[in-house]
Amino acid sequence: MNKPDSFIQQEYKYGFVTPMEVDTLPKGLSEDVIRLISQKKNEPSFMLEWRLKAYRHWLTMKEPSWSHVHYPKIDYQDIIYYSAPKKKPKLNSLEEVDKELLTTFEKLGIPLEEQKRLAGVAVDAVFDSVSVATTFKEQLSKAGVIFCSFSEAVQNHPDLIQKYLGSVVPYTDNFYAALNAAVFSDGSFCYIPKGVRCPMELSTYFRINAAETGQFERTLIVAEEGSYVSYLEGCSAPLRDTNQLHAAVVELVAQEKASIKYSTVQNWYSGDKEGKGGIYNFVTKRGKCVGRNSKITWTQVETGSAITWKYPSVILIGDDSVGEFYSVALCNNYQQADTGTKMIHVGKNTRSTIISKGISARHGNNTYRGLVKVLPKAQNARNYTQCDSLLLGSDCAANTFPYIEVQNNSSKVGHEASTSKISDEQLFYCKQRGISSENAVNMIVNGFCKEVFRNLPMEFAVEASKLLGVSLEGSVG
Amino acid sequence: MLEIKNLHVSIEGVQILKGISLKINKGEVHAVMGPNGSGKSTLAKVLAGDPAYTVTKGEVLFEGNNLLKMEPEMRAREGIFLAFQYPVEIPGVSNTYFLKAALNEVRVAKGLPELDAMEFLELFNKKLKQVEMDQTLAHRSVNESFSGGEKKRNEILQMTVLEPRLAILDETDSGLDIDALKIVAAGVNQLRSPDRSMMVVTHYQRLLNYIVPDFVHVLLEGRIVKSGSKDLALQLEREGYDGVKDSLASAKS
Ligand SMILES: Nc1ncnc2c1ncn2[C@@H]1O[C@H](COP(=O)(O)OP(=O)(O)OP(=O)(O)O)[C@@H](O)[C@H]1O
Ligand SMILES: [Mg+2]
Repeated sequence: MNKPDSFIQQEYKYGFVTPMEVDTLPKGLSEDVIRLISQKKNEPSFMLEWRLKAYRHWLTMKEPSWSHVHYPKIDYQDIIYYSAPKKKPKLNSLEEVDKELLTTFEKLGIPLEEQKRLAGVAVDAVFDSVSVATTFKEQLSKAGVIFCSFSEAVQNHPDLIQKYLGSVVPYTDNFYAALNAAVFSDGSFCYIPKGVRCPMELSTYFRINAAETGQFERTLIVAEEGSYVSYLEGCSAPLRDTNQLHAAVVELVAQEKASIKYSTVQNWYSGDKEGKGGIYNFVTKRGKCVGRNSKITWTQVETGSAITWKYPSVILIGDDSVGEFYSVALCNNYQQADTGTKMIHVGKNTRSTIISKGISARHGNNTYRGLVKVLPKAQNARNYTQCDSLLLGSDCAANTFPYIEVQNNSSKVGHEASTSKISDEQLFYCKQRGISSENAVNMIVNGFCKEVFRNLPMEFAVEASKLLGVSLEGSVG
Repeated sequence: MLEIKNLHVSIEGVQILKGISLKINKGEVHAVMGPNGSGKSTLAKVLAGDPAYTVTKGEVLFEGNNLLKMEPEMRAREGIFLAFQYPVEIPGVSNTYFLKAALNEVRVAKGLPELDAMEFLELFNKKLKQVEMDQTLAHRSVNESFSGGEKKRNEILQMTVLEPRLAILDETDSGLDIDALKIVAAGVNQLRSPDRSMMVVTHYQRLLNYIVPDFVHVLLEGRIVKSGSKDLALQLEREGYDGVKDSLASAKS
């Protein structure tokens, strides 16, 4: 019975588990802690310096507060900033897994083997996955694509890291970005060389190797001239995590004619029906269209977390570059989401599209906050924004705050917004045709989200749509 | 098939139906006529299970079972279909998707296997031709921005696909042009069979030339005040409801 062990070794070999066998550091944050983190990770000195600068800057910053998101104060000295990779509890079979979790898996249509992996059951069938992963790895390296953990990239490609780290989200950007820069443990790095079309969705590989979601993750994707990559983060299975605060940073760099599609399906634990527990998700995601004709697309389906605060943004520097943001955010029970995007038009003829779909149910509170900024030199810039809210029930809320700053007069910015409810008449109509209220709500919600789902990779569009159904279960009728 | 006994219904505290009794046997077509606001749609929606209404008294049996205890979707699966007077719009949900979901739920309830996308489309296209409906309407969102007549035709399309045992048509003829009226009537007549019953709510004798009823009932202020053969409809057309009201008044005094 040495299978699990050899599996762990193999996993390590393929680079998704942080290569350390050290114990947990005590709670709290100080320069010494940061030095230790950097040392344990065997980082080059530029990394340590950067972390320290970020930390010192963070000390001068105030935690932001918003009018539409409420949560108890976080004690930053009560967090463990470094611990050895956690081994998931190994169970022997699915029978030992929480029934409720299994039912959810089933409803989401997650294959049995993946169910086991997600639930932490020891599986021999994982060997299949490993070999699949190996094939992927070979295919990627043949194409010249670098795809590895951030720690690995720091070791093997320090020049690239040094060049791009913080180039999109500097540590000075905001409170959480500064904290992340100081203490981040790991994440992913992805580099697509000139002219290469990444031969696969980077989701599949990622999912099979799914590392423990870090509390302070960092992702960096660089697409060189004329390259293309589609990256998928997350998973529709409900993820529980003992870390309440998550503050990730994602940076995307698109050079001339490069195109990056970044899709997220997020379903972290959102707390119970009374609103207890649940993850605070404070993420900074930003892309930079550096080159002409480059394109960055953010697509997100957010159903989890107790509190979500995130604004995937695009800075459109290159002339004719394109930024897109497609979002579905669901707030059920006592969930709060404050999300949206920022499109900063710097170059000429830059175009951006924002489609935001907010769904609120029970006591959910959904806020869209978006900024479209057109700088003086961004001649003929175009933006189209559409924000739709769907309310299920009468105790939930939706707010829309579109901020528009246009500094030249050859640009056009268009905004449309709507708020609708699933009416009793609609529900009765569906039921009269034999459709259960659950399916009816599902159908209407999915119809509402269509424009966003269309932009997800096929396989995830299906999952996302099921996920919404499961997340909304019992919220109407 | 359907037996309504002394049915009293109110909405938001207002009594609308004040003791309706009506028996519809297998294969029969009953026309229900009556002035605006007399309670025709109320009756139709109560039979379909609209939760907005409260039944205060009386009972309804469908195939011998207590209909009022059944959820609306159960009634639909048991074969009750209501063509709405005002069909609602469901943005974002395509007509075909909607109807496929409905048909499959009904089929599953009947113990039949679900139709897959290909099988459904084949059936759907056949029915689409039957009601001479435009292809483009079929793929648009359910009733969204349909014209009044298109909505009515869509109801008939749904009915021909779902093949109910009891079809309740609530003013399906209003808003239809003459050609559409004939097509809808033909669709309805095709469904006529010895095991299928219909309740047709209408204001116009014209429809009854195409869908010839076995019985005609006049609903007035929440009561059926007169029942008769198809000739009653002709009489109403000639005399209006005043005739009925007058004869009622004289009968009372
Ligand atoms: N929510 C409500 N509160 C009070 N009265 C209502 C409500 N809904 C319907 N009514 C009343 O119930 C009565 C019956 O309405 P119903 O729709 O059944 O009439 P109808 O016979 O179908 O009329 P029409 O021929 O115009 O379609 C009307 O007087 C209407 O105003
Ligand atoms: Mg009516």
